[in-house]
Amino acid sequence: MEGWDPNTKSTLTQIPLLATKAGPRDGAAWTQRLKEEYKALITYTQMNKSNDNDWFRISAANPEGTRWTGKCWYVYNLLKYEFDLQFDIPVTYPSTAPELELPQLDGKTQKMYRGGKICLTVHFKPLWAKNCPRFGIAHALCLGLAPWLAAEVPILVDSGMIKHKDDATTSTES
Amino acid sequence: MEVELKQLNADLQFLSQSLPDPSHHALLRKIQLRVEDLGKLAAAAPVHRSKVEDMSAEVVDSNPYSRLMALQRMGIVENYERIRDFSVAIVGIGGVGSVAAEMLTRCGIGRLLLYDYDKVELANMNRLFFRPDQVGLTKTDAAVQTLSDINPDVVLESYTLNITTVTGFETFMSSLKKKSFRPNKEGSGVDLVLSCVDNYEARMAVNQACNELSQTWMESGVSEDAVSGHIQLLIPGETACFACAPPLVVASGVDERTLKREGVCAASLPTTMGVVAGLLVQNTLKLLLGFGQVSPYLGYNSLKDFFPTMQMRPNPQCSNVACLKRQEEYMLAKPARDAAAKAKMEAEVLSIEEVPLHDDNEWNISVVNDVELDGPDTRSSDVLPEGLTHELPSADEFHKAISDAPVADNDDLEDLRRQLEAINSA
Ligand SMILES: [Zn+2]
Repeated sequence: MEGWDPNTKSTLTQIPLLATKAGPRDGAAWTQRLKEEYKALITYTQMNKSNDNDWFRISAANPEGTRWTGKCWYVYNLLKYEFDLQFDIPVTYPSTAPELELPQLDGKTQKMYRGGKICLTVHFKPLWAKNCPRFGIAHALCLGLAPWLAAEVPILVDSGMIKHKDDATTSTES
Repeated sequence: MEVELKQLNADLQFLSQSLPDPSHHALLRKIQLRVEDLGKLAAAAPVHRSKVEDMSAEVVDSNPYSRLMALQRMGIVENYERIRDFSVAIVGIGGVGSVAAEMLTRCGIGRLLLYDYDKVELANMNRLFFRPDQVGLTKTDAAVQTLSDINPDVVLESYTLNITTVTGFETFMSSLKKKSFRPNKEGSGVDLVLSCVDNYEARMAVNQACNELSQTWMESGVSEDAVSGHIQLLIPGETACFACAPPLVVASGVDERTLKREGVCAASLPTTMGVVAGLLVQNTLKLLLGFGQVSPYLGYNSLKDFFPTMQMRPNPQCSNVACLKRQEEYMLAKPARDAAAKAKMEAEVLSIEEVPLHDDNEWNISVVNDVELDGPDTRSSDVLPEGLTHELPSADEFHKAISDAPVADNDDLEDLRRQLEAINSA
């Protein structure tokens, strides 16, 4: 696991691995996969809370569990910056990872593809491919989104591309 | 417009003749000149050509197909006009796909199906095809606008969707199956799918659809550092599918450690994309019209001007279920294929005996029989020729131990969903 900080590594090892290789077009096998996804997400969220490192909320936006929406946030200079989070489960999942989107940041950073899809590091896709089908949504958030927020939010704030919501309110009120 | 301007000029002429006061003549002459200028501007406005019923080989400057039909006269292509029977689907109308679409349109392809979910942006203007006045349009609509102007004979269908999502994929599959253009065509409704997308996820979705439909397709790609690219022919069951082995890319020769990735996702050049689009459509024309040698894999390293080639057999352990099914069908059809190849070879031998082509063989060319191409020359995907490399590693094997064990599963999905919601709102 070259290219990741020790913190991400140790967190990752505590998220339960998945076993069923099934995508949204695979009927009953997908239901089984979804159960495993939920278990991993439940453990990961609980773990974050007990480590005082709660940083996202995610839930299925449709009964099939193919679209997910929620929020994620990052604390920088003691201020909390929160963003909408959304993604679809691709038809070729879990061979390909979900493409995580932060639509509010679309066009604000170079480290993003069109539509607000975050641009992952060169280390993400190889690790995902190597671990198919054991990695799921929780792993994608831990390996993809968490390091992205840690790297990009400080740059976005310092460059003035994003403002804290309190600042934004003050400036519109004044 | 032209008629109205003429009328206006005539009126001015009449007025100047009937005016008693000659002091106004200079002014009237000025107005007349302005009207003439307007006439010239109107003449320069876009001209739309009308549809052409039959492709003619006649060499006149009004025939858009004369230079293409010349390929037939020269003996390069046996029957060029067949191009009007073919349907090609292009997935991804970006730097490669849009140029490929324009090339096929100018070649007079029968029907093009265009797929993309993006809009045209100013950031795309370093590439070919799209114009600044198309910014904000969907790429599919902007492409149809330009392509129908260039050649109204081509039947264009545009699909603004993302093929990696469940609904987008379903529409993609059904559009490929639809046979409205040539109802008696065998197989799917298209002759070839060209993948011109810029990401692994979309390529895997194209691979999935083509494996399920037993659809021949070609993949194309340009590296994120914009200096290399490749094209690949994929025939389900016969060649390796995109999931048979990790994707093969051209090694740029640039040391990964010196490549600076801070602050950027990807670079792009109109040159590399144009070259790859050209290679892709050339291979397409050769495959569809049956001339020359169709490349199974052709890489392009622009830094060294190096073009590695190779051939890949399907992986019997491929993780894609549809791929395994196609492989089985291909094996079952082997006796029939061998018989056809033998018959073809015998026919060729006969025709060679009839006409002794080169008695002296001044260039020392030896004729090699290449009917059985999938011989020992075909490489297994582990051994790569110089200049090629795998983009991703293979999946580890030890997970099988976990998935083979029976999963004791009494969990209820709805219950798990509620548990997550409870934690989320706590
Ligand atoms: Zn395969």
